[in-house]
Amino acid sequence: MKKNILEVRELKREFLVGSQVVRALKGVSFSVQPGEFVTIMGSSGSGKSTMLNILGCLDKPTEGDYLLDGVNVKELSRNELAQLRNRKIGFVFQAYNLLPRTSALENVELPLLYNADVNTRERREKAMHALELVKLADRFDHTPAQLSGGQQQRVAIARALVNEPVMILADEATGNLDTRTSYEIMSLVQELNQKEKKTIVFVTHEPDIAAFSSRTIMLRDGKIQKDTANENVRSAKEALESLPVSDDY
Amino acid sequence: MQLFNLIRIALKALQRNKLRAFLTMLGIIIGVGAVITMMSIGEGSKQSIQSSLSSMGSNMITIMPYNNMPMPGGARMSSSSVQSLTEDDVNKIRTNVADVSAVSPGVSSSGQAIKGANNWPTQMQGVAPSYLDIRKLSLKDGVNFTDDQVRKSAKVCLIGQTVVTNLFPGGENPIGQVIRFGKIPFQVIGVLNPKGQNTFGQDQDDIIIAPYTTVQKRILATTYLHTIYASAVSESRSDAATEEITQLLRENHRLRPTEEDDFTVRTQAELISTMSSTSTMMTTLLTAVAGISLVIGGIGIMNIMYVSVTERTREIGLRMSIGARGSDILLQFLIEAIMISITGGIIGVIIGISASLIVSSALHWPTVISESAIGLSFVVCALTGVFFGYYPAQKAARLDPIDALRYE
Repeated sequence: MKKNILEVRELKREFLVGSQVVRALKGVSFSVQPGEFVTIMGSSGSGKSTMLNILGCLDKPTEGDYLLDGVNVKELSRNELAQLRNRKIGFVFQAYNLLPRTSALENVELPLLYNADVNTRERREKAMHALELVKLADRFDHTPAQLSGGQQQRVAIARALVNEPVMILADEATGNLDTRTSYEIMSLVQELNQKEKKTIVFVTHEPDIAAFSSRTIMLRDGKIQKDTANENVRSAKEALESLPVSDDY
Repeated sequence: MQLFNLIRIALKALQRNKLRAFLTMLGIIIGVGAVITMMSIGEGSKQSIQSSLSSMGSNMITIMPYNNMPMPGGARMSSSSVQSLTEDDVNKIRTNVADVSAVSPGVSSSGQAIKGANNWPTQMQGVAPSYLDIRKLSLKDGVNFTDDQVRKSAKVCLIGQTVVTNLFPGGENPIGQVIRFGKIPFQVIGVLNPKGQNTFGQDQDDIIIAPYTTVQKRILATTYLHTIYASAVSESRSDAATEEITQLLRENHRLRPTEEDDFTVRTQAELISTMSSTSTMMTTLLTAVAGISLVIGGIGIMNIMYVSVTERTREIGLRMSIGARGSDILLQFLIEAIMISITGGIIGVIIGISASLIVSSALHWPTVISESAIGLSFVVCALTGVFFGYYPAQKAARLDPIDALRYE
């Protein structure tokens, strides 16, 4: 049996809103193995965002354990969590969150600036390599304002890849994009999953997107409603080709 | 290495908003520039006062009669009519006070100097030959009178440039000529080098110097002295010399401990410090005003940094999510603030120096750019950056990455 990248055991998270205790997660358990492409789905209020924050080491569970690459997050300090995010997780956000007026290359370099082990030359090389993986190497000196939404998201994905994380954590990464562009992004994500063997956890509420993954975890009211392996994974590349050719392109 | 990266990050963040960074800097630039200009003008005027006073002899000690006791009938007397200083005092000071290098009696008389058809109202100083050393006077031409001439009450004199110009308008050589002061003829044996006006606007060249015995016997018909001039061995010993002189004169005048001094001893150093304190006060005042503008500049930095933190909340969230620690964020914003203030400080120093140079060349005010002023304002503005940058930076560092990422 392969070592788990993610292991979540009886995870509970409670918030205190005023005098009321809101239980966002009520005991969730699952594990993710290397090379998996998991989508976490659920409507709003299902505990999806809370789950994402905990998986991204931005938040700690109230009860239960979360092991990322064998490390129990519960025992870590704020600074150790920051280092864990820096070395093991690549974030992709719905709103891209690129630094304005900063070149694509410098945006991609950003995580490495917080890693004292990487020197200037290595940093540049790694960032260039990551841009090559998302097929934007020729746009390395463009600022976000000079890139389309899809290209900006690809820069963001390159930024998530640059520190060679054990897992890429995407939060509604296609939420701001049209169908064609989101299929393009999904085809890139699939490619990274299949060719580069990256473990991907994709949080979304679109069933359409979930069809591209190998496994779907459905959350509802803070519990896992369904955890199903996807038998026939849809190829984003084929889906892209089947789209009617628009005059806009 | 990590710090180097943070400096790089801060620098890039500032580059993204150059105009804003510059405008924020402007407060510091003006503040530092004003402080340096004010301090250099102040220092310049202080030094010019000091140099003009010490040209009168910075070691000089002046002893004058003084009597605070009213005469019977209640009238108080002017110091010149108090007859408490004598030649004996002078001799005692010369032999007993170790910290005094030269001493001279002084009597003076106003009168009309006459040479042929020309006349000129002036002052005659009756002194000993050492007076020239005490007052740092020098001869342009001729010789000083001797102790022998003093003993004989010789009718010889040295004259200042103003007197020369007025009595010898034709430009003939005054040496050897005989002029009259009142009714007494004096032979001119020397001409003094011009000294110009002193700090109080008095013409120091409008003077005739003669042996004190001559003035006492032939003009004033008195045995008392108006003044005693002395010179301390060094400026730093002048306070000690004052002390010794006071002690000696009290003994010599047989004053009981309960009695007040019947003389006053003033040092030039005292005068310098009095004059300087006026200009120091002025400088302090101006610098304080300039310092206020520096503080306002600092508040400007704080204001902009707060705005910047709020505006860049999502950026902070992103940085935290990709592995920046709270301390990294804190340092980044602190470095940004310090960079603004230090860059502003450097530009301010350059502007301050240029402004001082312009003031001294255009307005002919003396200015002295002191390293301490530059160093001080530089340190102050770096501290301003730290002080006013810390709170916004701390605010940024304490953000919760989850909230920061969702911030609209």
